[in-house]
Amino acid sequence: MNAKGKAGASQPEPTPLSATGAKGRSPLLRFAWDSVPANRFNAYTDYGVGIGLRIPHYRHIFERKPVVNWFEIISENFMCDGGRPLAMLDKILEQYRVVQHGVSMYFGSAEPLNREHLKKLKRLIKRTKTPWISDHLCWGSVDGRYTHDLLPMPYTFAAARVTARKIREARDFLEVPIAVENVSSYAEFHVSEMTEWEFLTEVVESADCGILLDVNNIYVSAFNHNFNPLDYVNYVPADRVAQIHIAGHSRYHKYILDTHDHPVIDPVWKLYERAIERIGPTATLLEWDDRIPTFDEVHREALKANQYVTPPKVASR
Amino acid sequence: MQRLVATAVMRPLTPTRRMNPRWFDGSPSQQVVTRVIKPNDRLSSLERLELYNRQYWFRLLDCLFEDYPGLLSVLGMRKFSRLAREYLTACPSTSFTMRNLGRFLVDFIQAHPALAEPRYQLALDMARLEWAHVEAFDNAALPTLEDEDLHDADPRTLRLRLQPHLTLLQLDHELDDFLIAVRRSQQGRHEASNAFGNSYHPSNQERAHRFARKPCHLAVHRYRDSVFYKRLKPAQFVLLSALHRRLPLERSVEQARKSHYPAIIQTSQIAHWCRDWAALGWFVAFDTKKPTENCKNT
Repeated sequence: MNAKGKAGASQPEPTPLSATGAKGRSPLLRFAWDSVPANRFNAYTDYGVGIGLRIPHYRHIFERKPVVNWFEIISENFMCDGGRPLAMLDKILEQYRVVQHGVSMYFGSAEPLNREHLKKLKRLIKRTKTPWISDHLCWGSVDGRYTHDLLPMPYTFAAARVTARKIREARDFLEVPIAVENVSSYAEFHVSEMTEWEFLTEVVESADCGILLDVNNIYVSAFNHNFNPLDYVNYVPADRVAQIHIAGHSRYHKYILDTHDHPVIDPVWKLYERAIERIGPTATLLEWDDRIPTFDEVHREALKANQYVTPPKVASR
Repeated sequence: MQRLVATAVMRPLTPTRRMNPRWFDGSPSQQVVTRVIKPNDRLSSLERLELYNRQYWFRLLDCLFEDYPGLLSVLGMRKFSRLAREYLTACPSTSFTMRNLGRFLVDFIQAHPALAEPRYQLALDMARLEWAHVEAFDNAALPTLEDEDLHDADPRTLRLRLQPHLTLLQLDHELDDFLIAVRRSQQGRHEASNAFGNSYHPSNQERAHRFARKPCHLAVHRYRDSVFYKRLKPAQFVLLSALHRRLPLERSVEQARKSHYPAIIQTSQIAHWCRDWAALGWFVAFDTKKPTENCKNT
C-alpha cells in the first residue's frame, strides 16, 4: 500500500528537477510528493510544502532567492490599485508559485457577496494565476459593518444552504476552484443541529467545493469545545481536501487562542500525520503571522511536514 | 442572530478591557448572550463571546496605532486611545480591508474637536497628512503624461489630470519632516524585534508640542513605489489645485498668478514646474478616447 492506501497502484516516474532546481527535495521525498493526490479542487497541481509570504521576509527572499515550493498570500493585502504591495508581488511571481488565501469573503454572512470585493479578487487571480483560492467557513460582517474576524457559524442546515449558495456564486464568478477552511472558534451556538465537521461536509458537498483542512484549528477548537480532534480529521471527505494548514497557537488556562505565533506542537503534527494518512501528501502551508522569526526558522518549521509524508513502498521485482 | 453577535463583538470594552456586563437596555449582558451562545465547562457564554469582543478592539486599535504614529505623537497615548475608541464606535469599518479603517478619521476629528484639544489644528493636520500617506501608498498609478505630449498643447483648453495617488495638502504646520522621523523610528523598532510596537515615545510628543503655526503646502505622492512629501510654493499649490479641479491650464495659471501678486511668475517658470511634475509622473496620460481634453494648437 502506498501513502494513498491504494494497493497495487503503479509507481509514477520521478519528476525531473526543474531548470532552477526549485523542487529542492531529496529523491525519496520528491517521489512521495509526486504522488500527491491532485484533485480538481487544487486544479490537479502537485504543490508540496509552502509558507506564508510575509513582509519581514521580503529582503531575505529577494536577496537570497531561497528554494520554496510555493508561497501563500493573503488576497486582501494585494487587492489594491497600485503601489509597493503589487510591485513586491510581481517580483515574487517572477520566481515563485503563489496561492491566494482570503480572510473576508464571509461565505457564511447572511448578506450577499460584495460585488466590488469579487471584482478586485478576480483581478488579483488573473495577476497571480493562482491554481485555486481559499477562504474561511465563517461570517464576519453584518449590515455592511466588518468585524475583521472569522466568526463561527451556527451549524444548521439553513446556514449550510445559504453558505453553499454563496460559494457556488463566488466560484462561478471567479472561475477558479475554491477551498473553504475550517476556522478555530471560541463560541458555539445553541441552534446548531450538527457537529462542525458534519456542517463542513454538508457545505462542501452542497457547494461542490474543496476543503482547506486546518489541523491546528481543529486542535484549537477541539480543546475549546471538548471534542476529539481525530473525529474531525477522520470524518471529512478526503477527496475534497485541496490543501492543509498547520500552525502554532497560544495556550491559556481555560482556552486556546489561534495566534499563529509559535511553532507547531506535537499533537498538531500527529493530527497532520493522520490527515496525510487519510488524504495522501497534500499541499501544506505553515502559517506564522505574528512574532515572525527569520525566514529560515519559519521555513525549517514548515519543512518538518516532510517527515510525515511516507515515501511509497517500491514494489518488489 | 448575526446582528446580535456582531453588536456584542463590536461594542466598546470597559475601562478594564472587559465586555460590558450591562446590555443596551440595562439587562445583564450574560442573560442576553446566553440565549444565543452555549457555555462550556470552563467559560460562561459571556466569557466565550468576550474573547471575540476583546480581539475585535485589540485588532482594530492596533491597526490605527500602526497607521497613525504621527497623530499618536501629537495627542499622546491617552488622548489618542480615546479618540480611536470613539472613532471606531461611531464609524465601524465598512470595508473588507483594514487599510480603509481611517478613511473617516479626519471628518470625525473635525466633528469632535474636543477629542483633540488643546492641539486640535495640529491633530487635524497630522491626520490629513497620514491619510494622504495611506492613499499615496497603494492608490492607482495611471499611465503618465510624457513631456512631448505637452508640445503644441493649447493652454486655453488643455486639462491635466493628477494621479489618484497624489494628494495636495494645505496645512497650518510643517509636519512633514516630523512625520518622516516618527515613521523611521517606528520602522526601526519593527526591524529590531519583529514584534509589533507602536512608535509612541514621549520625546516625539514633546517635539510635537513645539510646533508653531506656519502654513505649509505639500504634495503627498508616490514615486518608484515610495511615498514622498514634496513641499510646494503657495503659487504651485494654487496651480495644481486648479488643475485638479479640471480647469484648463490657462485659467489655472491665471489663478496661480493672482495668488502670487504683486510678484510676477514668469511663463518659463510655470513651464519648468510643469516639466518637473510631469517627470515625477504626476500627470495622467491623455485619454485618446476623449479628444477634447488634449486639444492641441492647430
